[in-house]
Amino acid sequence: MNRRQLIASVAALTTISLAAPTWAQDEPLKVGFIYVGPVGDGGWTYQHDLARKAVEAEFGDRVETTFIESVPEGADAERAITQLALAGNKLIFTTSFGFMDATVNVAKKFPNVKFEHATGYKRADNVATYDARFYEGRAVIGTIAGRMTKSNKIGYIGSFPIPEVIQGINSSFIHARKVNPDVEMRVVWAYSWFDPAKEADAAAALLAEGVDVILQHTDSTAPLAKAQEAGAIGFGQASDMAAFAPSPRVSSIIDNWAPYYIKRVGQVLDGSWTSEATWAGIGDGEVVIGEITEAVPAEVKAEAEALRDKIGAGEYHPFTGPLNKADGSVWLAEGQVATDKELSGMNFFVEGITATIPK
Amino acid sequence: MIDLFALFLMLLSASTPILFAALGELVTERAGVLNLGVEGMMIVGALAGFAAAHHTGNPFLGFAAAALAGALIALPFAALTQFLLANQVASGLALTLFGLGLAALFGKPMEGVKAPAMSPGPLGLNWIVWLGLLMVPTIWWFLNRSRAGLILRGVGENHDAAHALGYDVRRVRIAAIAFGGAMAGVGGAFISIATVLQWTEGMTAGAGWIALAIVVFSNWTAPGVLAGAWLFGGVTVLQLRLQAAGVRVPVQLLSMAPYLATIIVLVAISARQKYSRRAGGTAPGSLGQDFHALR
Repeated sequence: MNRRQLIASVAALTTISLAAPTWAQDEPLKVGFIYVGPVGDGGWTYQHDLARKAVEAEFGDRVETTFIESVPEGADAERAITQLALAGNKLIFTTSFGFMDATVNVAKKFPNVKFEHATGYKRADNVATYDARFYEGRAVIGTIAGRMTKSNKIGYIGSFPIPEVIQGINSSFIHARKVNPDVEMRVVWAYSWFDPAKEADAAAALLAEGVDVILQHTDSTAPLAKAQEAGAIGFGQASDMAAFAPSPRVSSIIDNWAPYYIKRVGQVLDGSWTSEATWAGIGDGEVVIGEITEAVPAEVKAEAEALRDKIGAGEYHPFTGPLNKADGSVWLAEGQVATDKELSGMNFFVEGITATIPK
Repeated sequence: MIDLFALFLMLLSASTPILFAALGELVTERAGVLNLGVEGMMIVGALAGFAAAHHTGNPFLGFAAAALAGALIALPFAALTQFLLANQVASGLALTLFGLGLAALFGKPMEGVKAPAMSPGPLGLNWIVWLGLLMVPTIWWFLNRSRAGLILRGVGENHDAAHALGYDVRRVRIAAIAFGGAMAGVGGAFISIATVLQWTEGMTAGAGWIALAIVVFSNWTAPGVLAGAWLFGGVTVLQLRLQAAGVRVPVQLLSMAPYLATIIVLVAISARQKYSRRAGGTAPGSLGQDFHALR
């Protein structure tokens, strides 16, 4: 191919791609979703799928959605995302932290496809990121946990030692300590987002240590089932997990992705979509505190709800100084508030947590 | 600091699903059939067992239903590999995918439902844990001391010779496949009925693959399967327990340990085979091969 032909074909291709949007007007917008767990996990993926259904309900015939579930984080994710891109999806949501590099890699190959990556930090012209301020919810349930524990030992089942999870552990610990200075936090890393048997074993290990309140950052209801057997309490994670109410599930943190998904799909439809980083919390309705049941005393419930409303109104930030790091060094001075940049790279525990973060 | 006895009891519980599945696969493989569908049979057993336990209110009926469902779901695999001579590896993988999909589909009404309570057996352990432990000497006795076990091993070692002696290779293998399915089903049901107490899609989360690794680790013997299940289950329980106690442990290294041990055992086995021609224990001679009798 000589240079003239090359220029001609590039010009032709450009014309085609410019013409494409007008030609595609009548076609429904294809939107793809990549899930890390099964849609029936009752937690994280279940909530993303609810939001997908909300998008379908909102836009009807104008959109067509597909999803691929139980995609492992790692090399296979790239294949699954590519598959969705090749199938003509123009907007693809990749809904787990571990899909970050795969999303960015596939996005390079498909400049005309828009990508939305959940909880990550790598962006490009066609890759936006979105996250929810789960740590705001953690502050509320941490308060309940601190008030409810009798053994003064709170257990936390972590998935992977990444900033999102570490924020949650720190936030719940800080607020449990605030209402109960004797509280201790035990942390177990499951190294999985979804492995019910292992989550159950992790909960059993914590209960054997005398823990009577279990917080979890894994997606199944197994820890709640174990807590119930042992007469301990826990919280719904990602989804309401109302099947376990009123106890062991005394409250929950619900991820409500629907408003964001509807907004972004709408922006693609009207052409105003741009790559940006969104981090919404209780105030925006993206993080919702599930009903606090009667297993919690009324004054504790009122205290937790007051905290929720203060955070929602923007009057209080869960990471407000004075706060020290676990090694004793000063992190935030009196009245100082953590920046989003600090939070999104958080890799340390706050003072008082004796557990370590695996490197 | 950590009560070792309590830890051992947790180990027994945690290793039960993989113990059942691996014992079943052991018998299947000793008959010369490599069934990679363990994960699929486990998840079908987990669902069928949970559904039966929920509807009847009796967990033991649940385990019986799980065994039946596991055996039934293994039959298409038996038909494909024994009559149509399909590739065993591919058919087994298909069985896993089929089982996972089937269970996800029929599991929808079971989501959010809780399992009926089960009265614990001796030492506060589930009765099924004890049944699993009892299966180890039973299967050892069957394979090494019974006439039926001898025939099964004969079929697995050399199907042509077994056929020449007049044994029905297909029938033995189909029975072994069904038994493997039933055991995997019970293992899966232990997760849903006794461990998690709920049905969740994809809840076996790879336990079937660990069971397959354990059979190799065991050098195709029942006591070896028990050792392997305890090693895999024990490492999981131990590292979680150490973390909960606040001990600094290299989690990734510990999680890796059973797989490393499997590789070391494999190297040891092949070295032993090379230097001494001692028979017994190693991979069945006809494992994974198709049998077609020329009539």
